[in-house]
Amino acid sequence: MSEDTEPDFDVIVVGAGVAGCVTAYQLARQGRSVVLIERGEAPGSKNLSGGVLYCRGMQEVFPDFLDEAPVERRITRNYINFLNAESSIGIDYKDTRLTDPVNAVTVLRAKLDPWLAEKCEEAGVFIMSGVRVDRVLTEDGATGMRVVGVQAGEDELRAHVVVAADGVNSFIAQEVGLRTKQPLNHLATGVKCVVKLPRKSIEARFNLTGDEGAAFAVVGDCTEGVGGGGFLYTNTESISVGVVLRLDDLTAKKKVATDVFDRFLAHQFIAPYLEGGEVIEYGCHLVAEGGLDMVGEISMDGMIVVGDAAGLTLNTGLTVRGMDLAVASGVAAAVGIGAALEQKDCSKVGLAGYREALFASYAGKDMKTYAKAPSFLEVERMYKDYGELIGNVLYGVFSLDNEPREHLAKVALKAFKKSPVKFKHLVGDVIAGVRAL
Amino acid sequence: MTPLSIPERLAKNRFVLDDDESHIEINQEVVKATGCGKAMVACCAAHVYTEEPDGTLSAEYAACLECGTCLAVAAPGALKWHYPRGGFGIQFREG
Repeated sequence: MSEDTEPDFDVIVVGAGVAGCVTAYQLARQGRSVVLIERGEAPGSKNLSGGVLYCRGMQEVFPDFLDEAPVERRITRNYINFLNAESSIGIDYKDTRLTDPVNAVTVLRAKLDPWLAEKCEEAGVFIMSGVRVDRVLTEDGATGMRVVGVQAGEDELRAHVVVAADGVNSFIAQEVGLRTKQPLNHLATGVKCVVKLPRKSIEARFNLTGDEGAAFAVVGDCTEGVGGGGFLYTNTESISVGVVLRLDDLTAKKKVATDVFDRFLAHQFIAPYLEGGEVIEYGCHLVAEGGLDMVGEISMDGMIVVGDAAGLTLNTGLTVRGMDLAVASGVAAAVGIGAALEQKDCSKVGLAGYREALFASYAGKDMKTYAKAPSFLEVERMYKDYGELIGNVLYGVFSLDNEPREHLAKVALKAFKKSPVKFKHLVGDVIAGVRAL
Repeated sequence: MTPLSIPERLAKNRFVLDDDESHIEINQEVVKATGCGKAMVACCAAHVYTEEPDGTLSAEYAACLECGTCLAVAAPGALKWHYPRGGFGIQFREG
């Protein structure tokens, strides 16, 4: 930006999702002029998530979040499920401590994001909905290409800083070379139905009362051995049910994504939860699964990248996170941009506070802690063999077939011998798992 | 739950159709040369892509859920895919 032309806004935020809204809100509260551009008819209308938001970060931004925001249910039950064709083994973790303080909630983004945008508007953010950003405006600066604004149709808007909060595909970050095409093992496709059911049925089927909620994470037969998993999340009057399939594995195994999803919906241990329900929406979403490897550069002269656009998602096997990291990146972005505006230096150097704040927060630290999780979760055995092995051991224990019993160790050894899992695999995977998770 | 077909599921969604402009452009030569069409058909949750009897790949852009998976699995140069114009395309009511 030439020093003599005053831009239209201090900051342009592209994309009214969680990361974009939090960035815009925090900056407006600092007294900055902010425009939030959203290509959907209204904020939220292009946005979709699995559905669990770990909400403590959000509560730091919005102290009344749980009382005011349109959240669905408060997660009190986490069910981790190895699902085979004929057997199902689970860890059912229910804990009243998870309700006070509330740690996670289910959300439906087309309902949550309009609330976030409304908060932005109240704080003074100018919201432009139904506007697609076509390209980034750049100029040659002292240190190379510098982002100075965006173009949407005929309109050009200029700002000191552009924030790319435009999701996992982030075309604007790609355009300026901040992101490159990701390898397929870093990406997964999530396919989801929202299934309407009466409150009472949901509470009875999932063993819940009031606004308690359940999150089911399923691995194994549910994805026909494809790396990834299935999920069932309870909303107030619906269930979000879906599968997430790693694209390298899906294409290598030549499976059809919708066939895998249909089979999950029809699975004898899944279908009863959905019985009598009505599909009210069908959606999908590309998921970044590369972890820390995928984050890379997150700022350049005049621009930073936040949320999904920055590759900030984390699959630890047990928890699948994205929205909480989006919140943290929005908070960190506002800190970094605020300092840059203060110093009148919005170059990459001036914006360095963003990266520092991000990696000082739980989000950056967790990305580092779980840096080895993606490659651990690429181990094939996780998605088929282990579930079947445990199932066969338990079958040996519980199927009292009038034959004399054997000690558990012997039953396990027999099941083990039949399984393609070798002892060295088990030891190796346990060690890798302990290090990665 | 009644197991709906993909078109039946899509019919539950709200779409604002852009009659004038498709946001998907296929380069048939690259698709043919690389054979990436099969993966695009298999990975798309909305069944946007179809392999036609004449060997070409077609796209029903109106059904697109705008996830970007096709672009991820397509060979370089096989697909021009951007978001629909502002206000058009899928408009989630649940999300």
